Amino acid sequence: MLELRNIGFEVEDSKEILHDVNLTINDRFVAITGPNGGGKSTLAKIIAGINTPTSGQILLDGEDITGLSVSERAKKGISYAFQQPVRFKGLRVRDLMALASGKKSSLAEDCEILSEVGLCARDYMDRELNDSLSGGEMKRIEIAMVLARGTKLSIFDEPEAGIDLWSFQNLIRVFEKMYEQTKGNILIISHQERILNIADKIVYVKDGTIAKYGTREEILPMLLASADAGPQACSVLTDKMAK
Amino acid sequence: MLDQIQMNLLKEVAELDALPVGAYNIRANGQSAARNTTANIDIVTKTDKSGIDIIIKPGTKRESVHIPVVLSETGLKETVYNDFFVGDDCDVTIIAGCGIHNCGAGDARHDGVHSFFVGKNSKVRYIEKHYGESDGQEGRGKRLMNPTTVVHLDEGASMTMETTQIGGIDDTTRKTVADLKANASLVIKDKIMTTGDQHAIADFSVDMNGEGSSVNLISRSVAKDHSHQQFDSRINGNAPCAGHSECDAIIMDKACVLASPQLTANDVDAALIHEAAIGKIAGDQIIKLMTLGLSEKEAEDQIVNGFLK
Repeated sequence: MLELRNIGFEVEDSKEILHDVNLTINDRFVAITGPNGGGKSTLAKIIAGINTPTSGQILLDGEDITGLSVSERAKKGISYAFQQPVRFKGLRVRDLMALASGKKSSLAEDCEILSEVGLCARDYMDRELNDSLSGGEMKRIEIAMVLARGTKLSIFDEPEAGIDLWSFQNLIRVFEKMYEQTKGNILIISHQERILNIADKIVYVKDGTIAKYGTREEILPMLLASADAGPQACSVLTDKMAK
Repeated sequence: MLDQIQMNLLKEVAELDALPVGAYNIRANGQSAARNTTANIDIVTKTDKSGIDIIIKPGTKRESVHIPVVLSETGLKETVYNDFFVGDDCDVTIIAGCGIHNCGAGDARHDGVHSFFVGKNSKVRYIEKHYGESDGQEGRGKRLMNPTTVVHLDEGASMTMETTQIGGIDDTTRKTVADLKANASLVIKDKIMTTGDQHAIADFSVDMNGEGSSVNLISRSVAKDHSHQQFDSRINGNAPCAGHSECDAIIMDKACVLASPQLTANDVDAALIHEAAIGKIAGDQIIKLMTLGLSEKEAEDQIVNGFLK
């Protein structure tokens, strides 16, 4: 169980990114959604320890982890898949998978995990995580690393970003399967209706606060209704399109 | 016979625990300590200067030559000339390397000049590893190495050079000069790490003289502490050819890296590319590995090791 108490986050020139966020996550699959710039990624980074909150407390299974570093939190059982996966010259998929699982895994084990995300281990194990891999491939490997860790809390920051439509169908299946199999909590930042559709609960983050939090049945219809109304569209753009 | 220190050095530079299979010449403290020749590979001591000639018969396939050098005597300074004559249509692996163990006050220095004359359509893989050590006490002499490699590739010949210097050499100037005839190709993979107040200069000069020749020079380096590295490369395209060089350096602490790549096209169909990047380890690389449970230091080590692998 993850608990955030009165979390605030300010950056220099006292711009407030998050304000008094209170959130308890105890469901198998929780999706965070909301407009760009609303503070979703910041929230995920605060949980993983990459950003330090200016105020508030973070508790994992009742233990205060606010002061712990990224690696200490990782050891406590938090995994984080980056929105933009990091590339490494020289390090291979094999190396990263071994670091993620914490052991020298067998080809069969890695093969199982990589095939989950639609990659063939034989083709990829010795590939370097350098510029030769496409954005979509990097994204899948990023997800595979979190699967290999198998920790109690897995955070995914927009796993669908940068993935083509065809791959997206497969990705959804990955998360559907993850939902079936996970023994821990999954926290996923997403804008995709199909991902929101498998969430137990949905957190709607806007302007640095939690605007709505509830079950999928409560939140999703509201979100879809407001999306249909489309009030946020830029009028200059709509005028241009009308011409 | 070799003593324990020399055996350790041999293991570091040539990954040898025992005498290798195939042709070899082991040089220890300025003397030839062991030698073996095969039906296709002959090794002959030079009479006019220090060094050996390695003569590989045309058509020799899947054979290897080991020529490691170890120095464990302080104050020893030597210049050695090794010439490789590789006949036409060969496919061979040559493993050279030099290890210095210096526990005395005097400097120990090995300057090796390796010249390769590679025949038509031959394939050569050349591996060279440099390593230095001492007992770590103050006031020990320096360990110095200045390898020079001269490569002449005949038509259709190809050579891959893998040169590595990961630790313990205080001062080094590595010079590589090559000329290529038609359809010859040269790949150089150079890896170097400097620490403390070490100094390293890598100087490459390649002339592509024949049509269809190509060179790919890949340099990866890590400079730590107060060390200083310099990378100079000159690639000259004198015919329709393809040249690519890539110089990537990670800089840490108070180190300094200077890269000056140079490309000269003397032919309208010479395609030459250079890429260079010097920078510290990217912060998001460290954070990514920390999210897998590594400490900051462990993350750094993994990144550096991977980079130099």
